[in-house]
Amino acid sequence: MQLGSKAGYAPATMPLRNVFGEALLDVATDNPRVVVLDGDLGNSTMAETVRKAYPERFFNLGIAESNLVGVGAGLAACGLIPWITSFSSFLLCNAYDQIRLAIALSNINAKVLGSHGGITLGKDGPTQMGIEDFALVGGLPTFTMLVPSDPVSMRALVKLATDHVGPVWLRSSRLPLPVIYDEESTFKIGQANIVRQGDDVAIIACGIMTAIALDAAADLAAEGIEARVIDLLSLRPLDVDTIVAAARDTGAVVTAEEHLLTGGMGSNVARVIAQHHPVPMRFVGLADTYTESADPADLLVKYHLTADDIAAAARDAVAAKRAQG
Amino acid sequence: MIDTATATGDLSEVARQLRLDILDSTTKAGSGHPSSSWSAVEICTALYFGGVLRYRADEPWWPARDRFIMSKGHAAPLLYAVLARAGYFDRELLWTLRQIDSPVQGHPIHGLLPGVEATTGSLGQGLSLGIGHVLGGRLNGLAYRVYVLLGDGECEAGQIWEAAMAAAHFGAGNLTAILDYNKFQETGPIAREMGLEPLADKWHSFGWHVDEVDGHDIGAIIAKLRTFPARPDQPSILIAHTVKGKGVSFVETDFTWHGRALPPALAERARAELLQGGPVA
Repeated sequence: MQLGSKAGYAPATMPLRNVFGEALLDVATDNPRVVVLDGDLGNSTMAETVRKAYPERFFNLGIAESNLVGVGAGLAACGLIPWITSFSSFLLCNAYDQIRLAIALSNINAKVLGSHGGITLGKDGPTQMGIEDFALVGGLPTFTMLVPSDPVSMRALVKLATDHVGPVWLRSSRLPLPVIYDEESTFKIGQANIVRQGDDVAIIACGIMTAIALDAAADLAAEGIEARVIDLLSLRPLDVDTIVAAARDTGAVVTAEEHLLTGGMGSNVARVIAQHHPVPMRFVGLADTYTESADPADLLVKYHLTADDIAAAARDAVAAKRAQG
Repeated sequence: MIDTATATGDLSEVARQLRLDILDSTTKAGSGHPSSSWSAVEICTALYFGGVLRYRADEPWWPARDRFIMSKGHAAPLLYAVLARAGYFDRELLWTLRQIDSPVQGHPIHGLLPGVEATTGSLGQGLSLGIGHVLGGRLNGLAYRVYVLLGDGECEAGQIWEAAMAAAHFGAGNLTAILDYNKFQETGPIAREMGLEPLADKWHSFGWHVDEVDGHDIGAIIAKLRTFPARPDQPSILIAHTVKGKGVSFVETDFTWHGRALPPALAERARAELLQGGPVA
């Protein structure tokens, strides 16, 4: 499985989590106030890069996520910038109340990395998968929510998250992702990036689904449908202008996310479009179901998160637009 | 340094005034947790007015200040009364407790009032925050102490024991927990609902230095706290045996007052008892 290959992107060379580890080390090197807290998964989240370089600023709190979050919040109250790291599922599901009070309600300057978001961690199975993180972090109103889609955006968003004053959550995943962006690309909290131009349909994606959406757009182009692909990047705040412009310019919108559709990114995008410029929409994501242990490529097929699924949704949205005349 | 022997008499009067402020603020609000607040009045009096905590009310976020974290957030009326009396904010604010547009929230929210170090109210979270302040002090090169007031009921929460393990692991000698052991939780006696004993043994076994005290003896609390830490790398806990609702006879004997403010008529009876120092005939 080489995401982005149909769209002409070079094969990925490094799992996104490894890019996170390098990006985290960079911000820890640049800013001595950065501290890293680990829930005994530093060799999986790749936060261990900082353990090796700056052991005095790395704390393994063990397999105790509630305490992990509280200790991180205490460090933030002392003016340090904690990156609290673990699997998305363990952090959010074990320590949601702690994140809620000690970080979100306190509006404290802490950063939370939820690694292994989505289903493409694969063979470890649904106990480890973070398929509800957008919904859960969505329930924490002071949190900025960032979802990188490639190595370049990961590096940029880790830096933006660190420099931003306030709670930030960032999703990482295990899959290697192709390089979509280049040196000239710009990133801002609250800014979605258009990664492919087109006026027949808009595909709004995030995370691994951006590369998959670009593959879908390549297939659609062969049929004469030009898709605009928008990499959302910032789930909160949403880039309302870019979303509304996409609805206005294309008249048909598909969202694609590696997350439950209920409470997911697509429903938030739909809220914006319904209010500002209603157009036919289709939604690619996980139906109300848990998945299973399997190779990531097999999971994407079985649970309908492929380029074919996105292309089919796009055709359907375009047909609905045309039917409306 | 305050002379404990001569100051304790004055401190008893401070404690009485705090109890009255708790009574008045919760009765005016029509809700709140006066009985949980009253049980820890002497503990907070010792800390803030007995020369234990180093703080600057006019510079509330002084980086080298000692920390006080009210983990049992429902004792917010006590925290607010203490902070107002210590000069952090105008005492008139106490009468806005739980009212619209007031920073004096039902449970403490970090960032709304000077001196409120943490958002608490979902129980079991304060000790972890205290460890964060310990580690932050190390990184910032500051030698302050961190005090966390725990309720007894919240020691049923797993996070407390995660934090207990971590505090010993990190050698947090400048961390002191004070346990307001009033023996009651919301729905009844602790021993009946979810027993904690042997409580001192539990903390010992997690690597803590443990001592016990009469939680209404201000002088004794101050004296015990001055003996901490027993070892520079060992966290300490002072188990303070207290009476829930202390100071108001008909609340002391009825745990169902948890989470209820006294209606005005009963509040007048309570005021008379507090002013007289015992039940009114």
